[in-house]
Amino acid sequence: MYQHTRLNSDQNFFQKIKNLDFILLFCIIILSTLSFFIMYSTDGGEFLYHTKSHLIKLIVFFILMLVISFFNIKFWHLCSYFLYGSIILLLIWVSLYGVKVSGSQRWINLYFLVLQPSELMKIGIILCLAKYYHRVSIEKVNSFYSISVSLTIILIPIIFVLSQPDLGTSILIVTSGVIIMWLGGVKIKYFFLSFVAFLISLPFIITYLEPYQKLRILTFLNPDRDPLGAGYQIIQSKIAIGSGGFSGKGFLKGTQSYLEFLPEKHTDFIFTLFSEEFGFIGSIGLLLLYAIIILRVIQIGAISKNSFARLFCFGFAFAIFIYITVNLSMVLGLLPIVGSPLPIMSYGGSSMLATMIGFGIVMSAKVHSQQTIA
Amino acid sequence: MIKGNFGIRKSDIINRRMFIIGTAKLIIFGGLIARLFSLQINDNKKYLTLSDKNRIREWKLPPTRGNITDYFGNIIAGNLKVYQLHIIPEQVENFNYLLSRLKVILNLSSKKIEKIKKKRKQLKPWESLIVSENLSWDEFSKINNYLYELVGVKPVMTISRDYPFNDIYTHVLGYVSQPDKDDILSNKMIQEKFVPGIKIGKLGLEKTLENDLIGVNDIQRYEVNAYGKRINHLEYQKGKPGSKIRITLDTEVQKLSAELLAGKAGSISVMDIYTGEVIAMYSSPSYNPNSFVFGISQDEWQLIRNNPLKPLINKTLSGLYSPGSTIKPIVALSALENGIIDTKFKVHCKGKMELYGQTFHCWKERGHGFMRLKNAMKQSCDTYFYEVARKLGVDRLKITADKFGLGKKVLGEYFENEKAGQFPDTKWKINNLGKGWVLGETLITGIGQGYIQTTPIQLCLMTAQIANGGYKIKPKILTDDNQLTSEQVKKAMQDSKLNDSYDPLYDDQKNIKIIQEAMFSSTNELRGTSYRSRIDDPKYQFAGKTGTAQVKAISKRERELDLKTFQIPYEERDHALYVAFGPYKNPRYAVSIIVEHGGSGSSAAAPIATELFKLIVDRHEYRKKLPDYKEFNI
Repeated sequence: MYQHTRLNSDQNFFQKIKNLDFILLFCIIILSTLSFFIMYSTDGGEFLYHTKSHLIKLIVFFILMLVISFFNIKFWHLCSYFLYGSIILLLIWVSLYGVKVSGSQRWINLYFLVLQPSELMKIGIILCLAKYYHRVSIEKVNSFYSISVSLTIILIPIIFVLSQPDLGTSILIVTSGVIIMWLGGVKIKYFFLSFVAFLISLPFIITYLEPYQKLRILTFLNPDRDPLGAGYQIIQSKIAIGSGGFSGKGFLKGTQSYLEFLPEKHTDFIFTLFSEEFGFIGSIGLLLLYAIIILRVIQIGAISKNSFARLFCFGFAFAIFIYITVNLSMVLGLLPIVGSPLPIMSYGGSSMLATMIGFGIVMSAKVHSQQTIA
Repeated sequence: MIKGNFGIRKSDIINRRMFIIGTAKLIIFGGLIARLFSLQINDNKKYLTLSDKNRIREWKLPPTRGNITDYFGNIIAGNLKVYQLHIIPEQVENFNYLLSRLKVILNLSSKKIEKIKKKRKQLKPWESLIVSENLSWDEFSKINNYLYELVGVKPVMTISRDYPFNDIYTHVLGYVSQPDKDDILSNKMIQEKFVPGIKIGKLGLEKTLENDLIGVNDIQRYEVNAYGKRINHLEYQKGKPGSKIRITLDTEVQKLSAELLAGKAGSISVMDIYTGEVIAMYSSPSYNPNSFVFGISQDEWQLIRNNPLKPLINKTLSGLYSPGSTIKPIVALSALENGIIDTKFKVHCKGKMELYGQTFHCWKERGHGFMRLKNAMKQSCDTYFYEVARKLGVDRLKITADKFGLGKKVLGEYFENEKAGQFPDTKWKINNLGKGWVLGETLITGIGQGYIQTTPIQLCLMTAQIANGGYKIKPKILTDDNQLTSEQVKKAMQDSKLNDSYDPLYDDQKNIKIIQEAMFSSTNELRGTSYRSRIDDPKYQFAGKTGTAQVKAISKRERELDLKTFQIPYEERDHALYVAFGPYKNPRYAVSIIVEHGGSGSSAAAPIATELFKLIVDRHEYRKKLPDYKEFNI
């Protein structure tokens, strides 16, 4: 039954380059360029630390993405479990020796990069589950055994990430995992039942939340409750976006940002600055760019000959979509503030690394779209 | 085959489910765009305003206070350039070092240094800390020399209130100083314009006209960051200086009044008898209002406060005195109007009279003999007025006194500290003292003693209304654009067809004439009480009535001793009063003079009138040249 897996495909280097998806590549380059200029704006129009560091990461991780795309998709299928396992090990490492910042222990200091393994897990979970559902035959998908296994795959990293504590990332990991299960063919009724169960248990969950997490929810429900304290971020964010208007205040002219009214403008609130400076038109443009990227990733998944690539692409497209939705809903005041970066745009190495790896594997799926995996 | 089928089925499921998710994605993106639209397009204005509110902060500067001028346009309360020293704490590197440098350069006391340190704690780091409000030019240039090493120090040139005539106008204008909590709470205008360093009126016209004088702040708009630090200067919005106010007083007359009362406690008021304009209003002693502008020193304050001549009291408006014999014109007028007496009514003065077991003394121990109205006024015979008052009764007397403005505030709307005084009657005594009126009290009221209390400005108004032929006038201290000139008012009063708009205070104008003549004789005929103070030149000639108000009852023993004024302790000496109007042939002005504890009216108060009238009549020529207020622009 078991076939020998050939990792090197029959394409040569130039054929691979030819097979790269240039639409996706072009969109990623535009997004990266935009993110560079926005980072430049957060530094007050000067080429300072954040801009420099962001640029270096962009270049390094972009190259990494290309490198990943030249590896056969089969290879990624092969080492999916291994990668998942490695990230779990990193999470364990973090819980033991991680760097603690303002009460959260999420990081490993690698000196050239402060790595946040939970960000990598966002990709790891998709890889792992994509492989699992690729291998499980259609009859066994809804068996107790296979559902238990996939739930365990989701739960193990969640335990570590929640204990960091990092609610935002946990939710994103769970969502990505659950969506692969959905795509893999798990019955709709199970999703419906677990959703009901979730609603019933919600009050109990809330009692287990950290005080700061409860505060965030309360603040979300009524930001004016404490305008200088917990509600400050969301109020200032709405002011910045709202004051941008149709065409924005102009590049480097976002007053909310350069007068430092905006909190965390480099990271989670980067869209706020973008929207303040480029207005409604700019924001629509950015959303459109993301939409094209997502669509393209889905298309790549659709033309893939193997279920692993298909599941990964669809799952990754959905993950990107979820990141964008959560981040935008947060800065637009539609969701409570949970730490969630905007892919590529936000400052932060781990998030960008994870996203670029994701794009790399998608690209590899495109290059090797004719590849079948037993 | 089977395997392939499964493969196809699997990808079918994946694709179908992907399609569902794709639709959901579209809807969610649509929702995000809708939210963006509502924030950025619908509520754009709202958020733009909020964003500006965030980033723009206004710094108000003290407004320029309006000038106050006298009738002739001389500035009597103006603004002077002053040099100040400010520190911006956030720019200072080492605060203690800076203070020690300033201490040496400016010779500051350690106490002052402590004060500055305290003040710094109350301010936000970007607010300027005023170290010295009024630097001399020497100090200012010294600071400028050392400026390179004094980081965070800002020499500032600004303006501040200045009273060029020092103490001449203090009781009219009041003074300005730093507002305290009550000032800010009680006046919305001050609340609105308040900035550290603003000066507001504390007393007098400066206080009552605060809202006109205060002006509009200059505003500096800065862009600030989230921590309140100034980033950019956006604009400078020029404010508006406060309104100019021109009062009716004449600085020359005011100055002379101050000279005439130098070293004495007392008051001089001068009023135009037709327009009611106050020409002079001086309360002596006065004090320098400039001392209050930057906060008065404790020593100086104690000196003013403890002065036995009480400079803080505005005697013209809030000094309450028994009018003494200056009330006699009103008593006589009331008796004439009520038909109690006529000019031929005769009383025999024996120096004292006995009534109900009490002895009532005339000031002249030997008595005046037989007295008719004119002579009684001329020599101020008390016995005559005892008898007139007895026949008239206090209630009828009060009606006349009320008409002429006694017991009522004269300039009350402008001066918070003015007192109304009182003119008693039987009802008043029952209501206020709970006792019935005693006839003896009517008698002493008839010579202006007892419960009766008047302010110098009331006596001035009373005299003015007698002098103008008995018409009610409205005293004023501010010039106003649509006002008639003295000449126009006079004409209107004297023309029977035009005088409807002036309320007559008499029943028969002949009676007013009789009183005027009696007052004339008192000053200009031999044996008149103020005969020695007369001026024969008809241009300056005036008519008046002296008054000597007892401060305490004279005991029998003291009467026997017949002490001279200088032999009595200061606080027990009589107040000297004098009311007059002139020039007699064509009256223009009324004056009232009071010298506290000055002795008799004829010796202490009347001679002052002589000097006054000489100037007032001369000044009238100048005043006449500015008849039309509209043509006259300061």
